Amino acid sequence: MTEFQFITTSIQKEIGIVELNRPKQYNSLNRQMVREIVEALEAFEHDEFVRVMIISGRGKAFSSGADIDEMASDDSIRLELLNQFADWDRVALLKKPIIGAVHGYVFGGGFELALSCDVLIAAEGTEFCFPEVNLGVMPGAGGTQRLTKLVGRTKALEWIWSAKRIPANEALQYGVVNRVVQPELLLEEALKFADTISKKPPLAIRLIKESVTKAVDYSLYEGMQYERKNFYLLFSSEDQKEGMNAFVEKRTPHFKGR
Amino acid sequence: MMYESIKYEVNNTVCVITLNRPEALNAFTSTMNKEITKAIKTAEGSDEVRCIVIKGAGKGFCSGQDLSEVDNSMDHGEVLRSLYGPMVKKIRECEKPIVAAVHGAAAGAGFSLALACDFRIMAEKSFFMNAFIQVGLIPDSGNLYYLRRLVGDAKALEISLFGERILSHDALKLGIATKVVPNESFEEEVLNYATKLAALPTKAVALTKRALRAAGDLELSDFLEYEAQGQRIAGLTADHQEGIKAFMEKRKPVFIGN
Repeated sequence: MTEFQFITTSIQKEIGIVELNRPKQYNSLNRQMVREIVEALEAFEHDEFVRVMIISGRGKAFSSGADIDEMASDDSIRLELLNQFADWDRVALLKKPIIGAVHGYVFGGGFELALSCDVLIAAEGTEFCFPEVNLGVMPGAGGTQRLTKLVGRTKALEWIWSAKRIPANEALQYGVVNRVVQPELLLEEALKFADTISKKPPLAIRLIKESVTKAVDYSLYEGMQYERKNFYLLFSSEDQKEGMNAFVEKRTPHFKGR
Repeated sequence: MMYESIKYEVNNTVCVITLNRPEALNAFTSTMNKEITKAIKTAEGSDEVRCIVIKGAGKGFCSGQDLSEVDNSMDHGEVLRSLYGPMVKKIRECEKPIVAAVHGAAAGAGFSLALACDFRIMAEKSFFMNAFIQVGLIPDSGNLYYLRRLVGDAKALEISLFGERILSHDALKLGIATKVVPNESFEEEVLNYATKLAALPTKAVALTKRALRAAGDLELSDFLEYEAQGQRIAGLTADHQEGIKAFMEKRKPVFIGN
């Protein structure tokens, strides 16, 4: 695998792990780091041994957000030509499950990275925040869109306008995170959940992610049609035969991802 | 670190925070508020601290808000939000055991401060007083949150509405005081108690405090999950190994705190 400067990657069992590794800067995201994250995830996506991915952060925070020094002197035209957020779009194209294991500060771009995950597990004490407004700007990597689709317009406006810090339990209440666990066990619990998912039939997991994600954007009717096609598609898989046979024969199925 | 209105000392893993405005019966000023918050944070983050004692210099523990700082323009709500609230929260979040060593008067927010601590050791000639009502205010700084948990609603209301002195022995009977000790041996008794706490397996103490806090907030099934996480963490500590080993070897364990 490629050498990375700002992240580390590893594989445990069938789980690919990306760890943000700029702890002194609270894992603040510079452009190269975002590129590295995306490339690492894409590598896992194409590694047939990997079934689930985890993103976590080393040190005191998951990520304090974008590297302000890097963009402070940018102008609109440079940003347009740079088109840096295109890297973020690539995350949305990944079909394998992505679990975010977050702790400490999950701010700005860090919050947007977390919102790009499929499932979020947060350590107690985690704080989420969009502080962009205090710098005279706004979220630019999906914050206003993804958060709104999750928590609704009213809450999204309150949180993004006020730049207030949202504690883990409030985030849990609004469905931003799936679970809050004690900090020492964050990675262990994320791995446990990843392990559970990695034992399920990968094609079904994949098409479930695709269908559920479509529900966010599609009309109900379009979504239902889409779901149906994916449902039918799974009947071409070996795992469907295996799953249903095992059910009838009252034994544990053995899934192969085919 | 320099403090103006408190003293911060660490001896043999016991941190003593002394409210140090004896000329004003250690009444709260905004500086003292901030310094207590900072001191708790420092003690919490310091590996050499395994127990915290809060006491008062001079004739008493703390007489509450310094009324000379109160004027007509004051927004009492904002004072609580910006000063007392953060202090009470910091104490609540602190995972190390905190002992309030109370001699003389602990009145108003001074009473609240003692209530926010885990234990209250009282000198025989000392008393608590919910003095707020005497100036037409309500108990604040978390006072009622903790008081009702110790004495029930009716007693908490009585204590708050009549604002009478609760002498040490009555405080003990009501379950507000942990222990009442003679004035002559007060300092020694406090130190003994703190030393005992400091010698415990500090991580297990922290996890017990965490679980107790969660017990107040969670449903049974959620609490059982929370407890399982806590025990998993405790099970990984060196002190747990030491405890088992000492038991097998029929000797007293020597805990290092993690």
